[in-house]
Amino acid sequence: MKTASLSSEVHDETGVLAIKCYQCGKCSAGCPVVDEMDYTPSMVMRMLQTGDDTEAGKLLRSMSIWLCVTCEMCVTRCPMEIDIPKMMDFLRQKSLSENKTHHKARKIIAFHKSFLDSINFTGRLYEMGLIVDYKMRTGDMMQDVTIAPKMFFKGKLNPIPELIRGRKKMSEIFNKTKKKKEGLK
Amino acid sequence: MKIGFYPGCSMKGGAREYQESVTALAKVFDIELVEIPDWNCCGATAAHNINKELALSLPARILAIAEREGMTEIVVPCAACYSRLTVTQHELNEDKSLCSKISSNIGMEYNGSTQVLNIIQFIQKYIADRLEEKVVKPFSYNVACYYGCLLVRPHNILKFDRVEDPQTMDELVRRAGGNAIDWAFKTECCGAGMSVSRTDTVARLSGNIMKDASDRKAEVVVVACPMCHSNLDMRRPEINKFLKEEITMPVLYISQVLGLAVGIDPKKLGLQRHMTAVNLPEKPAPAEPPLAAPKKVLTTQQTEA
Repeated sequence: MKTASLSSEVHDETGVLAIKCYQCGKCSAGCPVVDEMDYTPSMVMRMLQTGDDTEAGKLLRSMSIWLCVTCEMCVTRCPMEIDIPKMMDFLRQKSLSENKTHHKARKIIAFHKSFLDSINFTGRLYEMGLIVDYKMRTGDMMQDVTIAPKMFFKGKLNPIPELIRGRKKMSEIFNKTKKKKEGLK
Repeated sequence: MKIGFYPGCSMKGGAREYQESVTALAKVFDIELVEIPDWNCCGATAAHNINKELALSLPARILAIAEREGMTEIVVPCAACYSRLTVTQHELNEDKSLCSKISSNIGMEYNGSTQVLNIIQFIQKYIADRLEEKVVKPFSYNVACYYGCLLVRPHNILKFDRVEDPQTMDELVRRAGGNAIDWAFKTECCGAGMSVSRTDTVARLSGNIMKDASDRKAEVVVVACPMCHSNLDMRRPEINKFLKEEITMPVLYISQVLGLAVGIDPKKLGLQRHMTAVNLPEKPAPAEPPLAAPKKVLTTQQTEA
């Protein structure tokens, strides 16, 4: 028996029905990052429609899903109101949990992880901690070193993190959501 | 009057001037902003990109605390936080089983009874009516109102203003004496959370926005989102490098523009904190002292009717 296709999984998890797309291309025309994508949003829809496993693999390994900035332009202009950003969120999470991420998406994912680690520890974003953590992950030590001092003198960089009282609660939330995510698949 | 307030992380760091100006503006109109106690980060782009359940749980905790505190309304000036909080409210409202799952994640009761207001909605509701009578220094500049993505999209959830050519901020700027120009990049994306991980993308997207504003003779760009602000303001060196020209136009928050118009000290509004210096030319004083604009301006159609 054939395993569930990616499009039916997308439907179950996000309610997005890929079959509704009739390839008008408005999503791709309005997408701010389409120039940098390997598959345009309307191509992503078409690849889902084919129900082909190779196409599904290509999608999960694509750069497009990580370049999507969730600006919501595509769904706004879609005549069928297909929630592409919601679908992109799901594809990113699946790509990550199946270890299929595009190698060029490394920095984008590193930033997200550093961000979440920061709020897991302190409850609120600690910008200085985030940047240091991000630099450690990417090894790109020189990035933005010239901006930091100026930001600091303008009072835009907090030297000390803001710690919330409910930090234990935050770790609990992080743990609970983590466990369930892995148990799901 | 008191109202609940969710500043969000950036207003405690990179966007301090946004909080300073919103608080100062509210004070002029006798409104006290009460911070939601022990609030946490909304999870921003990172959470919804990586973990859906976490992306719903973090805002749910914030909303649940606001409810517990009896806050019927909260002001959320950051457009990105506003989007996350409103989308969470919508999703939990639509799906009761998801709602109870998230409630158990945060270990708190969640009803979704608190109303979330973005900065424009807050000003419209509590300040706009009294704005014109308080204007002492009309903001007489050509202003490009930049709404960005998350203030107006997704429309089916936010139901705020027009999607392609929103007008609410333009209207507020006009009331403050400014000339809100017509331009093409009101709701184009600035590159958002990719500021650090894809700086070149942000330089291109934000560059196109600044270029259009500049070509149409805007003297200042006005925003309502710390993320848009940092991309258009802090990333200006990268933007200018991409455009191969020097754009020095400042980017102000809507609260700063209105604050200047009602005569708040620029320092109190945090104008000195912007990375791109704010050097607005002094406009010649109007021939007669600025009178409060008429409460209701009749348009030709209305006069004829």
